[in-house]
Amino acid sequence: MAEERREKEKDIVRKRKENAVVVSQEELAEGIFSMWIHTEAALSAAPGQFISIYTSDDSRLLPRPISICEMNRKEGNLRVVYRVTGKHTGTEQFSRLRKGDTVPVIGPLGNGFPLEKAQGKKVFLIGGGIGVPPLLELAKQIVCEKKQIVVGYRDKHTFLKEEFEKNGTLYISTEDGSVGTMGNVLDAVRENALEADIIYACGPTPMLRAVKAYAEEKDIVCYVSMEERMACGIGACLGCVCKTVEKDQHSNVHNRRICKDGPVFLAAEVEL
Amino acid sequence: MNMKVNIAGVEWKNPVTVASGTFGSGAEYADFVDLNRLGAVTTKGVANVPWPGNPTPRVAEICGGMMNAIGLQNPGIELFCKRDIPFLKQFDTKIIVNVCGKSPEDYCEVAERLADEEVDMLEINISCPNVKEGGIAFGQNPKAAEDITRAVKKFAKQPVIMKLSPNVTDIAEMAKAVEAGGADAVSLINTLTGMKIDIHRRTFVLANQTGGVSGPAIHPIAVRMVYQAAQAVKLPIIGMGGIAGAEDAIEMMLAGASAVSVGTANFHNPAVTVEIVEGIEEYLRQNHMEDVRELIGAVRINA
Repeated sequence: MAEERREKEKDIVRKRKENAVVVSQEELAEGIFSMWIHTEAALSAAPGQFISIYTSDDSRLLPRPISICEMNRKEGNLRVVYRVTGKHTGTEQFSRLRKGDTVPVIGPLGNGFPLEKAQGKKVFLIGGGIGVPPLLELAKQIVCEKKQIVVGYRDKHTFLKEEFEKNGTLYISTEDGSVGTMGNVLDAVRENALEADIIYACGPTPMLRAVKAYAEEKDIVCYVSMEERMACGIGACLGCVCKTVEKDQHSNVHNRRICKDGPVFLAAEVEL
Repeated sequence: MNMKVNIAGVEWKNPVTVASGTFGSGAEYADFVDLNRLGAVTTKGVANVPWPGNPTPRVAEICGGMMNAIGLQNPGIELFCKRDIPFLKQFDTKIIVNVCGKSPEDYCEVAERLADEEVDMLEINISCPNVKEGGIAFGQNPKAAEDITRAVKKFAKQPVIMKLSPNVTDIAEMAKAVEAGGADAVSLINTLTGMKIDIHRRTFVLANQTGGVSGPAIHPIAVRMVYQAAQAVKLPIIGMGGIAGAEDAIEMMLAGASAVSVGTANFHNPAVTVEIVEGIEEYLRQNHMEDVRELIGAVRINA
């Protein structure tokens, strides 16, 4: 057994931390940045996966897990849209990167949205806040009968609006009512009398909780992309677990790793 | 050039292993590094039964390091023996199983269960700061540490490494206590208990409120404690705490460690362990040294 494995080791193409090259950087809305990078990760990435991005400052050791917003396989480019979380943060440092700069990344990581489940169905793509960006590549790739994109923002500082409009029917909610429906994403669903057979959602936990409850009430399948503080990003450290309804096979307890087993889960299988 | 070291009768091909809890049982990192290149793989702590661990958030970043309060989530010894040991047996590296427990009986039960498994060493975790029962409770009192060492030794067939906590007044006294209890080696340091507060939310960053601090920020503390332990006991020492590169590993060996564990640095660079092995080799070449063991405890008193 050991011999066999050792032989195999010679042929393994290992994953690695790679220096991606920044292609472009722009601020889409206040504190929300869009960065295209040239990276090997673009070649195999799927909607809903994420990449770990490292700062160039060795006193900040941990990678920042950021969901993939869009990719261009032909050019080997990948786009992340992220929020700068404050002064002196890793994300602030990323926002200062310019075309030609390098940035260390690992990816793609995690499991994305199951696209095949949408075939022939009426679909909701529901996103809230900084959970909106990963829905863009999903909207571009998903094949379904009816593509209804429902996204919620805090106020009039929306982002990616025009790009979503090109890839489905867009409904917007804002907390202050400045754009679209006043309230949350489910208020927008109700106001527009929308219906769906399957939901794909990404956003803050309170939103996911409400979407899960809505899906249960309507008895429809719902996938959620979850978020948690991560350390390794590859499933080793057990930092980013979520609670599961059933005992998980890997952990042997009611926990699953968001980075490795997720970040996309069937809503019915996780506690929110 | 010789890179082999002998830890309590077990020969490692080089002095580099990983710190328990940062590397799972190696499966995830096997995508990034050839585990055959490591002296040993030290597994995440395993108990007699599955443990769910602490609520999230479990991790936080600090300047030059991180904090964690995972709470020793583990699948229990049965699944571990069925799945993790066979996985590691595929590789030409030594297997060190980290053992955790809530009572002396728990530790002994795991040691007994592992007695006939193909593992090379046991590392007994009496220093986890993130669980209420067990863990550090046995690692802060010399008498308790000595007793649990003696108890585990009765059941263990493999050499026993006692993993010491830095959250003590006198590390030398703790090292002596486990030596008196019959330990075959010691490893240190586990994480230092810390706390981080979110000033915007005015809440604790970690759900557990406190967590273990690790990473380069704690390296000088680890070097000092390894040195003090090396002065106090004859046991081989596995040194750890903030090792992020070959320089840190060499420093730890000069302080008295016979081998080193790399922990938090794996999160920053998943290939760091092999880079450290290569970096030590390079250092030996540059300094015209034939044997890595020449480094052990070789720090000189300043003239």
